[in-house]
Amino acid sequence: MYKLNVNGKVHEINAENEMPLLWVIREEIGLTGAKFGCGIAQCGACTVYLEGQPVRSCSIPGSAVADKNITTIEGLSANVSHPIQQAWAALDVPQCGYCQSGQIMAAAALLKAKPKPTDKDIDEAMSNICRCGTYQRIRAAIHVAAGNRSAGGLKDALAEHLRAHLQVIDSSAAIAQA
Amino acid sequence: MNAASSKASSTALNRRQFVVGSAAVAGGGLALGLNLGINEAAAQAADAEVTVWVVIKPDDSTVIRMARSEMGQGTRTGLAQLVAEELECDWRKVSTEYPTPGQNHARKRAWGDFGTGGSRGIRGSQDYVRQGGAAARLMLLQAAANEWSVPVAELTVSNSVITHAASNRRTSYGKVASAAAKLPVPDFKTITLKNPRNWKVAGQALPRIDTADKLDGSKVFGADVKLPGMLSAAIIDSPVFGGKVVSFDDSKVKTMRGVKAVMKVGATAVAVVADNWWRAKTALAALPIVWDEGGNANVSSASIAAHLKEGLSAAGDYAGRKEGDAIKAIAGAAKKIEATYSTPFLAHACMEPMNATVRYTPERAEVWAPTQNGEGSHAALAAATGLPLEKCEVYKMDLGGGFGRRGGNQDYVRQAATIAMEFPGVPVKLLWSREEDIAHDFYRPISQCQMSAGLDAQGKLVGLQLRSSGQSINAWINPQGIRDGKDERQLQGLWKEPGDAQMGYTIPNLLTEYAIRNTHVPVGTWRGVNTNQNAVYLECFMEEVARESAKLTGKDSLEFRRALVQNHPKHLAVLNAAAEKAGWGKPLPAGVFRGIAQFMGYGSYSAAVAEVSVGPNNAVKVHRMVLATNCGHAVNPQQIAAQVEGGVAYGLSALFYGENSIEKGRVKEVNFDTYQILRLPQMPVVETVIVPTFDFWGGVGEPTICVAAPAVLNALMAATGKPARDLPLKNLGYTFI
Repeated sequence: MYKLNVNGKVHEINAENEMPLLWVIREEIGLTGAKFGCGIAQCGACTVYLEGQPVRSCSIPGSAVADKNITTIEGLSANVSHPIQQAWAALDVPQCGYCQSGQIMAAAALLKAKPKPTDKDIDEAMSNICRCGTYQRIRAAIHVAAGNRSAGGLKDALAEHLRAHLQVIDSSAAIAQA
Repeated sequence: MNAASSKASSTALNRRQFVVGSAAVAGGGLALGLNLGINEAAAQAADAEVTVWVVIKPDDSTVIRMARSEMGQGTRTGLAQLVAEELECDWRKVSTEYPTPGQNHARKRAWGDFGTGGSRGIRGSQDYVRQGGAAARLMLLQAAANEWSVPVAELTVSNSVITHAASNRRTSYGKVASAAAKLPVPDFKTITLKNPRNWKVAGQALPRIDTADKLDGSKVFGADVKLPGMLSAAIIDSPVFGGKVVSFDDSKVKTMRGVKAVMKVGATAVAVVADNWWRAKTALAALPIVWDEGGNANVSSASIAAHLKEGLSAAGDYAGRKEGDAIKAIAGAAKKIEATYSTPFLAHACMEPMNATVRYTPERAEVWAPTQNGEGSHAALAAATGLPLEKCEVYKMDLGGGFGRRGGNQDYVRQAATIAMEFPGVPVKLLWSREEDIAHDFYRPISQCQMSAGLDAQGKLVGLQLRSSGQSINAWINPQGIRDGKDERQLQGLWKEPGDAQMGYTIPNLLTEYAIRNTHVPVGTWRGVNTNQNAVYLECFMEEVARESAKLTGKDSLEFRRALVQNHPKHLAVLNAAAEKAGWGKPLPAGVFRGIAQFMGYGSYSAAVAEVSVGPNNAVKVHRMVLATNCGHAVNPQQIAAQVEGGVAYGLSALFYGENSIEKGRVKEVNFDTYQILRLPQMPVVETVIVPTFDFWGGVGEPTICVAAPAVLNALMAATGKPARDLPLKNLGYTFI
């Protein structure tokens, strides 16, 4: 038996000491925002905060962090209001979404440590795997959340991003000619 | 229907409803009864099913039905745009729902095919879903006309509001929907659809309608399903493919905390069921199992390579295309170029490992499953439980990645059903470990490809011979697809026939061949298969040929390709679009080199330019990629860009790292430490150019992945002066930064 403080709420945990924090959170407490991806701290889908620092919860025994403050994606903000979450929405970052809890937690931690991250800072902080390949929009969204870009604010962030990364050219006339 | 499922179905809590333009998501959360299909009880009470694709609620909100599965590719948003376009409903009030496979079966496949693969989500259903939207619009207008006793032709409609200008009357879809639902549905064949050039909702770069619950952890994937009294299962299948379980000694593990059962699953697997998945997995790891490894325990990557190599020179008729006499033309050519390339087995490694939750009673079986083929899951559940389809139901969960893994092969549903049958009335969630997920995939097939080409004295290509030798997907999953010992599928992208995967080059003497050399390793569809492998083979070899030709002509590899695709203007158009956007021919920073490639597959035309540098210790940096695609109609350009970017990430992961090698009959790389995936710092800047021609419907999810790797390889060849022919690049001493 040990106590775990998750998102400001203290839970009595009656589980084996070696049960990883991820499984304590997911199955003993019932918060499923943190995902199982690999079990060996490689992919980061299970990222939560331990005293504000991002950690990979699949590889830390729950008992080892008893009495420490744990934050999961469910506790990151009220009403999806964190600037990272808002930038994620504005830029339509997620594809399947499975890794995005971890990506958002990693990005929010970066922004706290470095409010105006450079591309190099982003490279160093963002090591979570996304199999859908949302990385380009993740990078853009971190910059938007930091206020590094998007003079037009969140509303215009997607349009601005697309202006730099997407062009649509009607080619029917050219093909008809050929 | 038993009491438990009846209750869950009628309360229909937390049906997945995505409200456009709002962060609020009805449902979500962690409670019971997810994704229970269309809400028939509610539909009878107040909501009106106007056509099978369109439900209108009294408050004017619209529920658009989806037969295809959402796995990140954006098909939900794209299909909703197409229906809403024809329906003329208020896009801000659109949500979607999945009819269940059971409902589809009960209603004689009213929603048609549920299969979601081959980049066919939109191109394979755009006609009838648009007709379903248009038919609903016609019925809603007719209902208003009837109510006002005016000719329907005098009515106009916009954003769910119907107006009769002459009498200055207005009503809305919500008010006339129940009357409309009673009208006969017009014959879809009589419906004239809008000209896509006049689209207002479709064709626009709208935000996805399913993002909100991916931002706060509230989206419930199959792996997150929680039902009352649910147990969890972990499983291990014979590490050697084709092996069997001989015995296991459960004396120690059956007393471990939380363990409910240790059981054989079929002939080849063992599962532990417990009250918590980690306990099940931990007990399984401690379980001594004796395997009969069968006849494949000595198979290795080396023995497979030798098997394939034999196919490169084996005598026999393996011809796909035989035009002119390539062998003679090459033999008589002024310059002969030869090369052999190879690509390995590749796992999908969806971020969400395989899983399914089954609740079984002798009267009814239900499965909550991430699936690309709801009807396939339905059939697998029925087959595993012995219950008829009428007594089985599938609740489709959005997938945490699919990529071809969760379609034709419903092994995880079959296993979950077999396990749950031991616990009647108790839901059991089977979740695979990552190791199980990679060790028991249906891999992208392995192959080798030997090519030779001849140039005349003026540097003109006079003949090309290409022989691929490798494993056939059809042989594994669809043997009827093989005719006279030939499997054309493996030559995808090299076909002569237009429309789907046509080779763009016109070569006077051409011989394409494919020798089937199967192994014991399961193979299947994998995002962009087989265009990925074939594009690497053809486009990298063409680069080698172009570089030889350039010695005589002085023309670069873009010019070389342009000359060969003159007869195929759409291939040429994407090639030109990629080259132009990338600034082909313009100076680059010192040490940065360009490569180009073009190919066609899944109904769309693709080309790419990559900018690459090679630093100390063969550290490769891909700086920028430009991809051009012509998918005919661009339903949501910003989601097409997202798919193009995703294809680059998937394709470059394969190029640099991707390999599942075989050792002692089993897969060696089974987690992300050894089966590495591209991460954010390695992601190049990706620019997408869509060049739609509005005269066909092509795919989006897969077509562009195939040009990503060859464009990078051709840039690498420009940088190093030598080809890299045996993938992945990690095996050739390259690292990826």
